[in-house]
Amino acid sequence: MTITEKILATHAGRDKVSAGELINAKLDIILANDITAPISIKEFRKTGAKQVCDKDKIALIPDHFAPQKDIKAAEQCKMLREFSKEHDLSLYYEVGRMGVEHALLPEQGIVLPGDLVIGADSHTCTYGALGAFSTGVGSTDVASAMATGECWFKVPESMKFVYFGKLNKWVSGKDLILHTIGDIGVDGALYMAMEIEGEAISALTMAGRLTMCNMAIEAGGKNGIIVPDDITEQYVKPRAKRDYKFYTSDSDASYVDVKEYDCSKIQPTVSCPHLPSNTKPAADLSNIAIDQVVIGSCTNGRIEDMREAAEVIKGKKVNSNTRLIVIPATQEIYLQSVKEGLAEIFVNAEAVFSTPTCGPCLGGHMGILAKGERAIATTNRNFVGRMGHPESEVYLSNPAVAAASAVKGRIAIPEEVI
Amino acid sequence: MILKGKVWKFGLNIDTDAIIPARYLNTSDPAELAKHVMEDADKDFSSKVKSGDLIVADANFGCGSSREHAPIAIKAAGIQGVIAKSFARIFYRNCFNIGLPIFESQEASDKIAEGDEIEVDADKGIIKNISKGEEYVAKPIPPFMQELISAGGLVEWTKNRIKSS
Ligand code: SF4
Repeated sequence: MTITEKILATHAGRDKVSAGELINAKLDIILANDITAPISIKEFRKTGAKQVCDKDKIALIPDHFAPQKDIKAAEQCKMLREFSKEHDLSLYYEVGRMGVEHALLPEQGIVLPGDLVIGADSHTCTYGALGAFSTGVGSTDVASAMATGECWFKVPESMKFVYFGKLNKWVSGKDLILHTIGDIGVDGALYMAMEIEGEAISALTMAGRLTMCNMAIEAGGKNGIIVPDDITEQYVKPRAKRDYKFYTSDSDASYVDVKEYDCSKIQPTVSCPHLPSNTKPAADLSNIAIDQVVIGSCTNGRIEDMREAAEVIKGKKVNSNTRLIVIPATQEIYLQSVKEGLAEIFVNAEAVFSTPTCGPCLGGHMGILAKGERAIATTNRNFVGRMGHPESEVYLSNPAVAAASAVKGRIAIPEEVI
Repeated sequence: MILKGKVWKFGLNIDTDAIIPARYLNTSDPAELAKHVMEDADKDFSSKVKSGDLIVADANFGCGSSREHAPIAIKAAGIQGVIAKSFARIFYRNCFNIGLPIFESQEASDKIAEGDEIEVDADKGIIKNISKGEEYVAKPIPPFMQELISAGGLVEWTKNRIKSS
């Protein structure tokens, strides 16, 4: 069996499951945010359940339109707060404690290796980096799960992605996953488990792994997953407050396809409008003028990303035709950025350094694009209208390329400014 | 269940931001969401669409976010069902959970044109193109999903489970 099948089997109380089967399985963590939880709460009430399945398994995180951007958003956040109080939920994160959900849950040791996690947010697939099975579902799935502690799944087929060789300078997990999506397309792994491995992955930091699994959904994948190792152990051990389990894939596990990538051939990569699969080497896009740069999100808002961007921008100024918005993904990352002097580097460069929020990533607030404006962002989606006006454009990149582009006022590679 | 109506056609990879842009997600009120349905794919869609119409699209319909607001907006706009070559996974799940009928058919997607009058036999998965006098077959719906549909969606299904446990 694959690691995905093993985790699903264990949680379904079975010795074995195979791809295509429909199963009901017990959940370790159930997640929703200020956009999706209001529907879950309404639907939960309709199930007739008197109480939630487990007050310590339900994480409600106001991060998309929080800090509350308008009255309607405030009403939605209020629903989360009141429901959390009513059911005494231990994993409710108020503004001031919250962060972007998929950065926050691993950081706080809420999600652990071997867990089965669902979230009413498509990027819930992020936690596969820890060796957990996690996937995005809808609000009604979360409603039913809050009542029963279970969810139905179709056991996915697995596809293997092997990365060999060493990463080039300024190439990170983001570039590997953008390159992969460019190769297989936005539905290249539709309904599948994307199992990520290889010598480049064994050497990759947890931040890079989280970035890669985060974007599995952008290839249509059900989950991204990496077999846990020493790097996982080092990351998880100081954070975990309960037991966890490492699963591996059997050597005779079956895969519908295996893709191999030679990392020495992968350059800093950019996804052009309006699909993540529309990739080009960053170096070929130096004629693209940029109005706004966003560094943050559940994809690239971690401390490693802040450091990378600061390294590029240190001592320089944001181009006069461009604005730079830097958003550390959690309070812990924010504070760490202050302590390390990164916040100072950004402010001195004349960038905005914001409190954690999803904000501009989904065109919510804190940096919306006007008609005809163009952004480069370290986020994960560049669909039409994603960051504002339907006639604006979003390019996706790693933090170093985004920072270099902020300095130049056009898409640039770090070597051009360092 | 028979769904009969006029078709609106859409292309490949219609994402959830096109179906209901995130800028309208500060509410989950179906009627509010319906006002902006498909707005970033076709600006005037909500004023053109009539109750009872159907959508026919190419592959990977509903890719992107998990927002249930997408099928809710489609349903609240009066659209009876969606036919596509394939659906993105979370969107597919959400449709069964909230009771928006969807059908996967390569042939129907290729042959049906905008404005065609069609009739879908949801139980048998047969799509009739009245305008062209053709008939196509949709992929069968897995038994568990049929169970969800006959229960009236996931909430009703869960309710029955809670009662019987
Ligand atoms: S940062 Fe962007 S992609 Fe991530 S959860 Fe927030 S809105 Fe979604």
